[in-house]
Amino acid sequence: MKILVAVKRVIDYNVQIRVKEDNSGIVTDNVKMSTNPPDDNAIEEAVKIKEAGKASEVIAVSVGEEKAQETVRKALAVGADRGILVKVDSVIEPLAVSKILKKIVEKEKPDLVFMGKQAIDDDCNQTGQMLAALLNWPQATFASKIQIKEKSLEVTREVDEGLETIEVNVPAIVTCDLRLNEPRYASLPNIMKAKKKPIEQINASDLGVDTNPRIEQIKVEEPPKRKAGIKVASVEELVQKLKNEAKVI
Amino acid sequence: MSVLLIAEHNNKEVKPFTLNAISAASQIDEDVHVLVIGSNSESVAKSISLVPNVKKIIHVNNSIYENYLAENYTSVIFKLSESYSHIVCSANTFGKNLMPRVAALLDVSQVSDITKVISEDTFQRPIYAGNAFATVKSNDKIKCVTIRPTSFDPAPTSGGSAEIQNSDAGEASEISKFIKKEEIKSDRPELGTARVVVSGGRGMQSGENFKLITAVADKLNAAIGASRAAVDAGYITNDHQVGQTGKVVVPDLYIAVGISGAIQHLAGMKESKVIVAINKDGEAPIFSVADYGLEADLFEALPKFLEELNKLNTIQK
Repeated sequence: MKILVAVKRVIDYNVQIRVKEDNSGIVTDNVKMSTNPPDDNAIEEAVKIKEAGKASEVIAVSVGEEKAQETVRKALAVGADRGILVKVDSVIEPLAVSKILKKIVEKEKPDLVFMGKQAIDDDCNQTGQMLAALLNWPQATFASKIQIKEKSLEVTREVDEGLETIEVNVPAIVTCDLRLNEPRYASLPNIMKAKKKPIEQINASDLGVDTNPRIEQIKVEEPPKRKAGIKVASVEELVQKLKNEAKVI
Repeated sequence: MSVLLIAEHNNKEVKPFTLNAISAASQIDEDVHVLVIGSNSESVAKSISLVPNVKKIIHVNNSIYENYLAENYTSVIFKLSESYSHIVCSANTFGKNLMPRVAALLDVSQVSDITKVISEDTFQRPIYAGNAFATVKSNDKIKCVTIRPTSFDPAPTSGGSAEIQNSDAGEASEISKFIKKEEIKSDRPELGTARVVVSGGRGMQSGENFKLITAVADKLNAAIGASRAAVDAGYITNDHQVGQTGKVVVPDLYIAVGISGAIQHLAGMKESKVIVAINKDGEAPIFSVADYGLEADLFEALPKFLEELNKLNTIQK
């Protein structure tokens, strides 16, 4: 079985982002970037499946600018066998990403495609479901447990009411939740080894996919600031404030 | 222009967030139609027909829809889509799972998780865990939009009398199958709609210690929330998680106990009307959003808090 894992390069989750002064977007210059956190879970799961002898190859793919190569390289350092970078010049929408990934799936013919359930930059939560639709494959979103069966997967999904279990036929798309596993750190020897693993570079424009935006970003603004609160000295004072000042209890 | 809204329900009752989504839908256009896909789901269609903002119900009733699967829903929505300018649903795990599958088949770029309707094609939505808000305009012919339920008031549930029109089922999906749902039943208010939420974080140190949270929540008729750290540590189940990848809550009162306040957690609660933080680390970021901060050991503060609440003659429920 072959597993394709999609990874995205995003602003690191610990960075407090800043809105550009002209409201045209977010400041990304000189900001720490890293792999979208649930994409780390997706890679980890694929590598674990391979280590358990249930997959023959794990391929990491990223759609992004040249520097997204670092994100692919990191996936190789934790156990992916080879990488693909589909280069695009500007930020593209999840619909376009899913069309590009469809092309890669048609070429590589994986049995499973894994990715994070949501990217923490645009918070869209769309790409996996869109790819599933375009391929007419089943989708198991927000996965916190994956059990491999003969020709299917049994997937436990985190939903609002608790947990839901579904069975999807292979080939399938799985979008991974943060609780699926504990992503490993790359060891130094594995980081060195990853430098020798191949990364194929493809230009999105060569894939014949329309990546033009359908959505215009008119402006980006800071959220309204909360007015500063106060520290209370005791539990008694807290209860009194909640009762008489805020009037919420 | 007409809006097709996909209802979330359990075949008996409509889920509350569908009502919030109906409010948002009627800000887009007055002609709101609600699609109910279910099995033996007459009572759902009937109850939505009473919502005054709704002009028509399309009811697809077939045993293949006993359990919700995005694959099954999508073919029904796709068939109906050409009569509509907008297809919308709530941006919870139901809608997040469903809408992109619909949008991709229609070759539409979806607008996710909107918090404001500016015009029929322009919306505001949070990005970067709510640390910025983007105003976006969709240029697609059909607009696929998911709605952050807590940003819109629920629509009223009586006074309307919309027509219920039955429609044919689509093909049953062979590629995916529902197995089971482990729903955590509770008498408490739902986390997403509760007036008061009491949340615990890593500082709780164990699942057992969450009983301190439970006792306060009982007293305030509150829902119980948690940070991702507390869920990851196994102190409490995932349905309690508040934050960027969990639930977004906007209660009148949010009490964060032993939660440091990572930006991912703040994303899920910082719109709350009044925020209380109890934490022994005075430098914790949670204090930056708290209206009332108490720097204290939670294991002393929570029992004391309950004791003080017990002294009050009346407590709002």
